[in-house]
Formats: sequence, C-alpha cells, structure tokens
Amino acid sequence: MMSQATMSRYVIQVENLDVFYGEKQALDKIQMSIEENTVVALIGPSGCGKSTFLRALNRMNDMIPSVRINGAITMHDENIYDKSIDVEMLRKEVGMVFQAPNPFPKSIYDNVAYGPRVHGEKNRKVLDEIVERSLRQAALWDEVKDRLKDRATGLSGGQQQRLCIARTLAVEPEIILMDEPTSALDPISTAKIEELIQELKRKFTIIIVTHNMQQAARISDRTAFFLSGELVEEDQTDHLFSNPHDQRTEDYITGRFG
Amino acid sequence: MKNHSLATLGRFRRKRTLGRVWESMIPKFLLACALVSVLTTLGIVGTLLKETISFFTKVSLFDYITGTKWTALFNEAQQSFGVLPLIAGTLLVTGIAALVAIPIGLASAIYLSEYANPKVRKVVKPILEVLAGVPTIVYGFFALTFITPLLRTILPDMGVFNAVSAGIVVGIMIIPLIASLSEDAMSAVPRSIREAAYAMGCTKLEVALKVVVPAALSGIIASFVLGLSRAIGETMIVTIAAGATPRMTLDPTDSIQTMTSFIVQAATGDHSFGSIAYGAIYAVGMTLFIFTLLMNLLAQYISRRFKEEY
Repeated sequence: MMSQATMSRYVIQVENLDVFYGEKQALDKIQMSIEENTVVALIGPSGCGKSTFLRALNRMNDMIPSVRINGAITMHDENIYDKSIDVEMLRKEVGMVFQAPNPFPKSIYDNVAYGPRVHGEKNRKVLDEIVERSLRQAALWDEVKDRLKDRATGLSGGQQQRLCIARTLAVEPEIILMDEPTSALDPISTAKIEELIQELKRKFTIIIVTHNMQQAARISDRTAFFLSGELVEEDQTDHLFSNPHDQRTEDYITGRFG
Repeated sequence: MKNHSLATLGRFRRKRTLGRVWESMIPKFLLACALVSVLTTLGIVGTLLKETISFFTKVSLFDYITGTKWTALFNEAQQSFGVLPLIAGTLLVTGIAALVAIPIGLASAIYLSEYANPKVRKVVKPILEVLAGVPTIVYGFFALTFITPLLRTILPDMGVFNAVSAGIVVGIMIIPLIASLSEDAMSAVPRSIREAAYAMGCTKLEVALKVVVPAALSGIIASFVLGLSRAIGETMIVTIAAGATPRMTLDPTDSIQTMTSFIVQAATGDHSFGSIAYGAIYAVGMTLFIFTLLMNLLAQYISRRFKEEY
C-alpha cells in the first residue's frame, strides 16, 4: 500500500475510459485527473460526450441497457467499475444535480430529508438539523424556513434547483456532478447558483457540464473541452480560454462552430 | 390597387353547396349519437327510481335498510325485506377480492413499470389487458370447477357454494384492471424524478416504493376503487360460485348471496309483474347502483384531489 504522503490529491482519476451505446462509441480513451475542492467545467458541442462522461462518474449510464464501458475510474484508490463496488454507496458519495429542477412531489422538508431517510436516519432532531444545514448551504434557508411543509413544486424554478442542490448536499457527498444546472433558469437565478457553486467549492469537488462558455470561464478552475467523444484539451480555465493548445479548442471557444 | 377587377371581389364569399350543407349536418348527427347513451342512462335511472319508489310504498324503507333477514322470494306470509344480508354478502366477496387483487395488481404494476425491460412490458401488458376481456361466466366456471375443489382439499368441510372461492376469482378478474391502471399512473411519473432518487444512492426497490408509488398514489388508489367497484357489480362469478343463501356472515366458507346474484335469481324466476318480489329487484338494483356510483365518484375525487404536479 502507498503511504498517506505519496497518495495523490486527485479525488478522481480516469484512465482509458471508453463508453459505447450499442455500436456507437460515445467516449474514446478519456484520460483525466480531478483534484479535490476544484470546479471542473466540461464544455463542448451537443453530442460530444460531456454528459456521458459526467454520468460515467456516478455510474448513471448503467441504467441504459445497451451501454458498455471499458477502462477505469479510480476514486480513493478504488476502481468504481470494479465488480465489488456497491453502486448505491458510490452514488451517495457522488451526488448529482440535473438539467431541469426535479424535486419530488413532496414537501420542501421531505425533499431534503429524503436521502438521509433512505439511508437510515430516523431521528427527527437529526433530520431537522440536516435539513436546515443543507438548505443554508444551498442558500435557500431564508426563503423557505417558514414554509418547510409547503410543496416543493410550488417554488420558482431557481428555488427548485437550489432545493435539488440542498437535497444532494443532505446525503453529504464528496463530489457533486452538475449537468447544465442553470440551462432552465433565468439570469438572476443563474447568478445565484453560480455564486453558490463558489461557496460549495470549499467543501466539495464540483464537476459541471455547461453549454455556456462564459459560465465555464466565470466559475471553474479547470476546463475540459470534449469533441466527438474525445477529450481534446484539459487545462486551467484561464489558460484554456486565453491560450488554447489545440486548434479545435480555439475554433470552438472563438465561436467558429458549435 | 385600383386595378382589382370586379370579378375578384367576393372571392371569399360563402357559397351554398351540397358539401356545405352536409358539413353542417355532421355535428348534429354526432350530437344525436352522443345523446343516445345519455338518454338511455337517464331512462334506466328513471325506471329504477319509479319502480323503487313503488316498492317502498309497500315495504318500509327503514325495515329495508336495517333488516337482517332477506326472504324476498318466499310466499307472502314469510316474506322479509331486510337488505343487509345481501350487502354483507356483496362486501364479503368484495373484501376477499380486494385482498387478492390489490397486492397482486400493485405488485404486477410495479414490476411492469419499474423492473420489466421494455420488450417484456410490450408483450405482458397487452396480455394482461386481454385477460380483462375474458367473459365473466368463464371465470365463474373456473371458480366452481377449479378453485372450489382446490380449496376443498384444504378445507374438506366447506360447501360447494362459498364466498371465498367466488371472492378469489372476482379478485383475479380485477387484477388486470388494477395492474394496468396503476401501471399507467406509475409510468406517468417523470424519469427525471427517478433519476434524482437513483443519483442519491437509492436502490431500485427504494425508488419504486418511496418515490414512484407515492408520486402515482392518486392514480393507484383510483385504480383500486374502480376495481372494487367492478367487484361490487360483478354478477356471473358470484351467481355461479357463491350460492344463493342470503346470510349475515363474515365466514368466507359460508354460502352467501350478493345483491347481483339475487337480481339474477329473481329475474330468472317467475314472479308476476307488479308483485313485491318483482319490485325488490329494482330496490336492490337501486342499492347496487348507489354503491357503484359512489365508488366511481370516490375514484374521480381521489384522482383529482390528490393529483400530483411534477
């Protein structure tokens, strides 16, 4: 075993990751390492494989019957595609926020308490604490503290998305995946979520798919550019945007295609 | 602009042609078709009401509702019109049917909606729906010639006609209805909500039981109510397999009589038009109608009141 000192700061290491949907190859030999407490933006045109890559990290692709995956994704020295891996435990550690807000048709409180309850927490006091802490972390507490029993579907789109973030935080993941979390939101709600991501970075590692290059530039530490299932370039965000190494990256970020 | 000739003016003016007349007749014809079923229903309710009212001029409504002895087809000296034994028989059969159909129907729906792969679902669901089309007389025979002998190997003292055999088969009959309607309700729950739960580390069973079923609950309960309403009105199975002995009992091995099977018995017998026994058919029919009407209204209320917005 490696000693603590030589262990990497990388929370995620992706090696030679191939993903196929039936005969179609969606990702081709992806290599990438992700450090803890960073925000990594995944950019690229539609169908480039960035969402597939995101969903490979919490094994949500497993639910598609025709999917086939080669290569390895290592988290804490464990390959998450190893046979011995408990997918439910993995997903508890790797939370996910989706494109459109998808609260459960339950109360605000029950939405946030849902995860902890499923994972066995019954104590009312503990649940109350988790709900308050998660809603505060998601910058939603002040807006909803007086109506925790109201239905979540009555909130505005931006509030719903922050509720979904709180719901994810409630199970205390280490990594949060976000799949275009602001694409269904107005600019003010988007700004709130972007601000929130900066806050969350202190405690979590965040990987975010975005179609919006300004957003990637604003919020991420590193950016990865995907094209046709290939990881073209991955670098510090300011480097990638100011001084791309690959011509295709330059073409994309300057708006020549995509 | 000035050069528009007179010929082009009036280009859009409506012309009366045969086609146009025909076109205007169509909605009237369609309305008439729709009215047939509405008027028929009103006619049935009207007849039912008229005969029922005339029945209650001869028999006290209070005795009818509270009486525990039903001997409508005896000779006049021994006649007694307490409807409770028929209601008890109906509810006993319906209760047994619910015990069979609700768990199995719901389990089938969960399997089809959450576990079955699309290929299996495409085959199984239509088969399930075909089952709903099996004539009930076939089910009745199945109860009498298969279920009853089977039960009698366990309970040898049980009579040939009994509530439990009929109840089980009525339950089997309504499984497809409950399974199919519940499956519809569960399939309508958006995939994004399921994904949210999976992404939090829920197992398939947790997603099914703690997310999908609660989200589809209004539709699921409505399917139960509709299924049980079918069970209450079911006639052939109980007529064949449950016996013709009006009795206040909770013992499912007893022979009983339901409201529907009394109507069959009375209507196929030779009771003169206008006799009290004849009137009893309508009173029982009215009672049955009120039961199923209330159940259907309840189902509608539940599915509206508890409808989820996703």
